[in-house]
Amino acid sequence: MNAELLQISLFTVATALAATALMLPPGVALAWTLARHRFPGRALVETIISLPLVVPPVATGLLLLYLLGRRGPIGAALASTGVDVIFTWRAVVIAMAIMGFPLVVRTARAAFEQVDARFEQVAATLGARPMRVFFSISLPLAIRGVIAGAVLGFARALGEFGATIMIAGNIPGRTRTLATAIYSYTETGRDAQAAALAAVSIGLAFLAVAVSNRLAGAAR
Amino acid sequence: MVEALLTLDVQLTQGSFTLDVSARVEARATALVGPSGAGKTTLLEAIAGLRRPGRGELRVGDHVLFSSRDGIDLPPHARHVGYVPQDVALFPHMNVRRNLVYGALRMRSGQAAPSSPPLDRIVAMLEIEPLIDRGVTDLSGGERQRVALARALLSAPDLLLLDEPLAAVDVPLRRRIVPYLRRVRDELGVPLVYVSHDLEEVAMLADWVLELERGGVVRSAATTRQP
Repeated sequence: MNAELLQISLFTVATALAATALMLPPGVALAWTLARHRFPGRALVETIISLPLVVPPVATGLLLLYLLGRRGPIGAALASTGVDVIFTWRAVVIAMAIMGFPLVVRTARAAFEQVDARFEQVAATLGARPMRVFFSISLPLAIRGVIAGAVLGFARALGEFGATIMIAGNIPGRTRTLATAIYSYTETGRDAQAAALAAVSIGLAFLAVAVSNRLAGAAR
Repeated sequence: MVEALLTLDVQLTQGSFTLDVSARVEARATALVGPSGAGKTTLLEAIAGLRRPGRGELRVGDHVLFSSRDGIDLPPHARHVGYVPQDVALFPHMNVRRNLVYGALRMRSGQAAPSSPPLDRIVAMLEIEPLIDRGVTDLSGGERQRVALARALLSAPDLLLLDEPLAAVDVPLRRRIVPYLRRVRDELGVPLVYVSHDLEEVAMLADWVLELERGGVVRSAATTRQP
């Protein structure tokens, strides 16, 4: 594998890992909240977080472009602090995180729903505050599902194309990922490189799903 | 002799069921009896802070747990009320020892609650030594009951609620668990409120009977025979 292909592979894995780290804390918090609480607007929240699963990624990317662009509400604020997002590695991470987020939330939420609320209640009567209950009871009992959700989110991030190309572009050496590289190489007739990267993608996806199944299927 | 004055005024509606209890209990061990669906578990959960009454007042001695009039509703972790549900709910990802110390370690200080009885004493009293390093999933019904009881006691509760502590164990074993409950009551002086279907068990342990039916109190009185 030449240096360019190696750079693209490592960049993609690194940004997908960063995206996973970014989506995991809010994803797990939201999953637990949805699993355990009834509140006004809950159905709306559920719908919104599922949108990236059903809306075309390019459309999600367009929306992100409006929000994060230099004149967008979030982009302008970030630009004033000197942080550029659009067409940088940060945009790659954000696109990946947004697209992987629903998978993290849905998988982790199902895992939290499997935890008998009785354990959490008894922990509270034993004097444990809510944060302690979460970290000592809820999370450990749901950990396999949470890890499986993280792996799925990571796998989704690895393959992200539509939103990435909208907000991060496809800049060689800066924002080019496995998915966008395969597209470019095929377009420009570099079929061997495209095939090599496709093989890397398949290998990584295979690994991620195998790890996920291993964790989800492990005996209690 | 420790007598607990429990003030139990609870109005709580869930669906078509209404719990409307008003009782003063002065006893070391109170048996909560009545047919299924009478609201016994709901009352325990209200005392533990796991269900919020619509109106009412719950007190253990002078300690107000809930008062709709004064706008007080302590969260379960601040009530100092131990609760052993019917399924005992031992934490499946912890061994017996870690279950036992869970409530004894209070997060704020990271140290044992000052009023916690020593682990050794509870372990000896409830004869848990042989179990202490085992997992909880392969314990027998009676062993699970004792571990859950010990775990609740180690959190230094002012009141201990037990939902059918003997339902899951067979009759010969019941006769062995009752003495443990009696030790809790007499040696530790922790007042008990426990749900029971078994009149014999009530006679062996309780000095007060609170009988519910369809969400209301039909009897609240000291038992004639003090055990």
